[in-house]
Amino acid sequence: MIYDTIIIGNGPAGLSAAIFAARSNLKTIVIGEKLGGQASDAHLIENYPGFPSISGFELMKKFENHAKIQGVEIIYTRAQKFKKNDKKHTFTITTGDNEYETKTIILALGTTTRKLNISGETEYLGRGVSYCATCDGAFFRNKTIAVIGGGDVALSATLYLAELAKKIYLIHRRQDFRGEPIKLKKIKESKNIELVLDTVPTGITGEITVTGLKTKNLKTNQEQEIKLNGVFIEIGSTPTTVLAQELRIKLDEKGYINVDPAQHTNTPGIFAAGDITTNSNYFRQVITAAAEGSIAADSAFKFIKENSY
Amino acid sequence: MALIKINRDNFENEVINSDKPVIIDFWAEWCGPCRILGPTFEKLAGVYANTLKFGKLNVDENQNISGKYSVQGIPSMLVFNKGVEVGRIVGALPESLLKEKIDEILSSL
Repeated sequence: MIYDTIIIGNGPAGLSAAIFAARSNLKTIVIGEKLGGQASDAHLIENYPGFPSISGFELMKKFENHAKIQGVEIIYTRAQKFKKNDKKHTFTITTGDNEYETKTIILALGTTTRKLNISGETEYLGRGVSYCATCDGAFFRNKTIAVIGGGDVALSATLYLAELAKKIYLIHRRQDFRGEPIKLKKIKESKNIELVLDTVPTGITGEITVTGLKTKNLKTNQEQEIKLNGVFIEIGSTPTTVLAQELRIKLDEKGYINVDPAQHTNTPGIFAAGDITTNSNYFRQVITAAAEGSIAADSAFKFIKENSY
Repeated sequence: MALIKINRDNFENEVINSDKPVIIDFWAEWCGPCRILGPTFEKLAGVYANTLKFGKLNVDENQNISGKYSVQGIPSMLVFNKGVEVGRIVGALPESLLKEKIDEILSSL
């Protein structure tokens, strides 16, 4: 059995690609590890049209159901190896137990949470160190915590946590924030959030659980230790491109997959969509990922039509 | 083997006094990654039916237990042997990686 397209990744880009591919009558499967990818961790998504306010997980569940209604099979595993079959113009994808042959591939692997790489970060994971505010916020009711980061995700996390925690230090290495201005305004109006700017964390301290965060001001070089109970690390993410490197797909200097406006990579038959690509101006929203996914599926459909197999 | 629902009433009996090692998934309804992990954890309960007892503990309903073991991040899977915590796995890992970590903990017993 040769599939028309295999989509790697089951976040917004991959699931949207699956819906469009299936509707073009392409024999499609999705191979992914985590339903919804990064979007599943979002407390509330309030900018996806048609859904004024919905949890990331619920929205992704809807994407998945939609793909299943279209007849797409979703396989929860990790794609481990790729092989190009030059004579047949197909690709073989290997997972732990199986091999799948396909005419085209859509890479929608998204990004991986970035780590601080400071002392105590790994040691206290699940004991005060968290990368998911919605998962772990409830353990810090009426406690003192820090959020590290300055992007949109960091601002969302801070606002969510401000409803639970007694006090939040929002620690950011610069003066300016890249997140949505409307969120920053709310943060500045909150009484229990203190901005700590031009500052980087240098170490997490604790006993059984986290008890403090060491920081350094980049302007004054002043170091201090803040006493707190939890540290939420929201410093963004990096593209998941190990598999793309194996296929020798061209990446930009930051590691994102270079695609043209129709989501083609430099390898014929391989397309990419979502946060992993250079498209959509690194905006990294559910709506941009979904849009790229639909375009990638259409490009795969056209590619198969043009190259009679 | 089915997953056992662990709560304050049966914790002593099913976990602390268990003959077999026990792995408990600390989770909550509102935690997306916990719900992603759910099916994988349930599948592994079947795979390890002979060597490891699988249980789930809702942190909302059992704050005393999650507090006692300093669980401040979910999903967290705690492995107990002879009444003591012998290992902890944090996060919604894919099946292959989770299996690797469980095997590592079991082989150290």
